[in-house]
Amino acid sequence: MLELLGNFTVQTVVIGAVFLGIASGLLGCFAVLRQQSLMGDTLAHAALPGVCIGFLIAGSRHLGWIMAGALGTAVVAALFVQMVTRHSRIKTDAGLGIALSVSFALGVVLLTYIQGQSNASQGGLDSFLFGQAAATQREDLWFMGGVTLVALVLVMLCWKQFKLVTFDPLFAGSIGLPVVVLESVLTSMIALAVVVGLQMVGVVLMTAMVIAPAVAARQWVKQLHHMVILAVVFGIISGVIGVLISASVRHLATGPVVVLVISAIVAVSILLSPGRGVLWSWIHRQRERRTIGQRQMLTTMYKLAAHHDDPYYPVERSMLDSFYGVRTDAILKRLHNQGHVAPASHMPTEGIHWTLTDTGYSEAVRILQSIGAEPSP
Amino acid sequence: MIASFFLQPVAMILLTGALVAAAGALVGTFLVLQRNSMLSDAISHSIVFGIVVVWLLTHAQSGPVQILGAALTGVLTVFLTELVAGTRRVKRDAAIGLVFPALFAAGVLLLNLYARDVHIDTHTVLLGEIGFVWLDTMMLGSLELPQAVVWMSVVTLANLIYVLMFYKELKLATFDPQLAAALGFAPTALFYVLLALTSTTAVAAFDAVGAVLFIAFVIVPPATAYLLTDRLSLMLVYSVLIGVASSLSGYPVAVMFDVSVGGTMAAMTGVFFLLAFLLGPRHGLLGREWQRRRGE
Repeated sequence: MLELLGNFTVQTVVIGAVFLGIASGLLGCFAVLRQQSLMGDTLAHAALPGVCIGFLIAGSRHLGWIMAGALGTAVVAALFVQMVTRHSRIKTDAGLGIALSVSFALGVVLLTYIQGQSNASQGGLDSFLFGQAAATQREDLWFMGGVTLVALVLVMLCWKQFKLVTFDPLFAGSIGLPVVVLESVLTSMIALAVVVGLQMVGVVLMTAMVIAPAVAARQWVKQLHHMVILAVVFGIISGVIGVLISASVRHLATGPVVVLVISAIVAVSILLSPGRGVLWSWIHRQRERRTIGQRQMLTTMYKLAAHHDDPYYPVERSMLDSFYGVRTDAILKRLHNQGHVAPASHMPTEGIHWTLTDTGYSEAVRILQSIGAEPSP
Repeated sequence: MIASFFLQPVAMILLTGALVAAAGALVGTFLVLQRNSMLSDAISHSIVFGIVVVWLLTHAQSGPVQILGAALTGVLTVFLTELVAGTRRVKRDAAIGLVFPALFAAGVLLLNLYARDVHIDTHTVLLGEIGFVWLDTMMLGSLELPQAVVWMSVVTLANLIYVLMFYKELKLATFDPQLAAALGFAPTALFYVLLALTSTTAVAAFDAVGAVLFIAFVIVPPATAYLLTDRLSLMLVYSVLIGVASSLSGYPVAVMFDVSVGGTMAAMTGVFFLLAFLLGPRHGLLGREWQRRRGE
């Protein structure tokens, strides 16, 4: 697969994928943390009429104009959502849905208008729906790289302000930061990520590219700058792997492959990330439960021994079973392995009995003291 | 005379548009009130996966199998979303935005790999073409009817029956889910049926207006009606009327400029929304300004 990197077209697409990964990972973090994940979805769809307007202005499939148009309509859509939800009883979800569906409808109308103009150079305009990575030209990279650079510089310059507005907008306002402006800028910047992805994955799948790298990164790290760096890394990895897979299998569109790769990264992150992962905390809970069960068992046996004035009082297992309402042999066996209890024979005709060992006895005393319950003898 | 009505292209296009609008508004009203509008977006994208899988298994492009498959895909989408959100590692809105693109991407790749020469290409799925609905007909008794009209009528009727039969339960589950659950009205079951109906409507509508334009008919007319009334019953009526009016007024505009009929119909819903947002007597900008002046 790696020899594909020598191919000129593939090189171009891979560089494009790197830009996409940087822009979407960087800006997606703020979108996800500010609970504006679906804003990316809306802005991606809202880019479609802008693509058409850019085409109409340039008169050809010029990526610079098309990206400018897409940026324009996406920002308009973002501001529309903000205005409608602020000045009426419409909630955010409906505001996002209205902006998404109506602007996409306008995009479809413009698309069919352009197709009706019988303009020979309109070919492939609807490729922006799903992206057409393979058609990326070297000069397209200048525009994609330029927008990515703008996003990077903006985030670096306003890092502190963006961070504060993201996590504590009330405090940010109280120290005199222009919160409304900063929030509008952050929201509109999602549009920057969208336009970088137009050529690579298309408007429909950009949703995933804004959300997924940030969500995956959030599972592994806690600090914002770590999260941003990791999201960018995940974005680049998924983009490059996606491009290489789709270049080596015929008929495989790049956008969907990239999206499936990043979705897989998200799934792995949610399940396996240390400390936070679903699997990790399941194992942790099981271990906790075992320890608690063992400690309970030791103290129960200790109290029985104390009650009978016999530190080596043999306890019948079936009695422990009925006391706890579950089978206790697994717990007893583990305690036996740790040397805290030992099997004992009370009367040969009866069932298995267990007795505390010396270490088990002192462990029980330690447990009782640690929770503040004075051991009685 | 009836038979000839069903063969007139213009009448059939308008009828299909009106049915899509009515069916969408009926389920959309509850989705908008429950703040779940974006689930219709998720469903309408991920049914692409369902449509492709059902096509690969049965080679049925429309009809009852497709509608059943779509209902299952819609429920699957919402189930997966709730599953991801249920891990509490991801917020719900991010979970929506993670699940449906993955299903959509899987659907597109399956199309790429196994179904390269079929009619269900991704453009049709997304954009549809209501202008051609009258070409694809089927016999119902002695009447020759467009397929889209038949299936849209079936789902519109199903939505209407559901809303009328469970009106009280849906109302309670929408405005006070805790009370509904305490009274034993099973709000979760009602919610999943509503979403299953949304996805069947989406798959019946996708031939005509495509998956994405369908969202406009689900969200925008109910949101517009929400700006005009505070009563659920009136909101349902208004959103159906606004949706149908968008469809009917969109057609002549589309013909005038020779552009996509479905797209124009969907865009018209936006015009109605803007009117209500600006001029609405109680919740519009102008109405609120007027009330403020009068209060002074």
